[in-house]
Amino acid sequence: MAKITYGDHHLQTEDGESVLDTLLRNNIDAPYSCKAGVCQTCIMQCGSGNLPEASQKELKDNLRKQGYFLSCQCYTENDLEIKLPDSEQLFVSANLIEKETLSPTVVRLRLQTATPLYYHAGQFINVKRADGLIRSYSLASLPSEDNLLELHVKRMDNGDMSHWISETFSVGESIEIDGPVGDCFYSSGSHNMPLLLVGSGTGLAPLIGILRDALHNNHSGPIYLYHAAFTEEELYLDKEIKSLINNANNVHYKPVVTKHMTEDYVVTGRSCEVALVEHPDLKDWQVYICGAPNMVKFMQQRAFLAGASMNNIHTDPFESKELRTEPRDS
Amino acid sequence: MSTLFEKIGGEAAVNAAVDIFYRKVLSDDSISHFFETTDMAAQHAKQKSFLTMAFGGPNDYTGADMRKAHAPLVEKGLNESHFNAVAGHLQSTLEELNVPADLIGEVMAIAGSTKDDVLGK
Repeated sequence: MAKITYGDHHLQTEDGESVLDTLLRNNIDAPYSCKAGVCQTCIMQCGSGNLPEASQKELKDNLRKQGYFLSCQCYTENDLEIKLPDSEQLFVSANLIEKETLSPTVVRLRLQTATPLYYHAGQFINVKRADGLIRSYSLASLPSEDNLLELHVKRMDNGDMSHWISETFSVGESIEIDGPVGDCFYSSGSHNMPLLLVGSGTGLAPLIGILRDALHNNHSGPIYLYHAAFTEEELYLDKEIKSLINNANNVHYKPVVTKHMTEDYVVTGRSCEVALVEHPDLKDWQVYICGAPNMVKFMQQRAFLAGASMNNIHTDPFESKELRTEPRDS
Repeated sequence: MSTLFEKIGGEAAVNAAVDIFYRKVLSDDSISHFFETTDMAAQHAKQKSFLTMAFGGPNDYTGADMRKAHAPLVEKGLNESHFNAVAGHLQSTLEELNVPADLIGEVMAIAGSTKDDVLGK
């Protein structure tokens, strides 16, 4: 049991409860999304008290030093005084330069920031709308080749942000972004290794970034890209990928269409299994898996059992409130 | 006289063993359900700290922690046969890595000493 001071609120944590859980249990409207320590939407700042190491380990040094921490990963025995971060310190403004429809559900955004963002293709940024709503989107662009940040946004059935981006957000307008976040990106140390890239839906965005980064670094091992979508028209970068890899003999692109399967079937990841049927031995491979969380978790385990080392399996599960029907437990 | 942890190869030995060991328990249908989780990276890290402890390395495990951590699994039916299966996978992991038999014996003794706490006896 620890005492949490948040503005005028004096709260007690319960056994096994994160600071975020404590806030939510007391009906405090704290921002959060994935509750898994990934998206960093729940970042807060600690004014006094000793933070547990785990609550800061995913943050950059400069943020750590300023007492920032992830409330969903903060299980504390110590009393803490906490507040929401000053958003000016974290977020910068980005201007929408291009917006393009790629499929019936996916749009591509190209954004420009006043000062260039330092990032690896495949990492993600958090995007904040004027009313404070925050969602994460992966970077498909390559900092060494592109001046603009490229995001692929899929309209989710109940997605407040994705509907607004698809229908309302217009060229010339700006939005706040922060990041980059995440460790799902190409490492030039894997130059000779075979790469397996598996993505569903807009899980393709980080994979395209990773693929382009690998090509940019003259990756010499074979690269296999699997993109799973419900229908052919949702293979939204089909032509672009084919022309991108036209001159790269070591790159193999395998679109997987699952229109004859039920939605449940796809969500459990079976559509991506073809990647493992074709590559049953992943010893000494680098594996990247991005997209629907159930698919990512299923494929992560299968890739590990197929011989890939845990250190060589990189995942980006697109955790989001819209995808969940009930709150995740921690 | 060097410690068991030093003789077995320290952290490098843990890193070499953890993928092999975790893959074995996940592939064993009689116990895999105890290891399946939403967060594979966290589960992998747990196996790493378990191996570090079993190899005689630095750790802050207490019997009480062991009991508390495994209590939910005991409720789901964790019993001696499961414990023995995990121990068997530990032994065959070490054999696969050509660890000398006397050191394997020492590791198995440490692992075996956790049995009552793991099973909540």
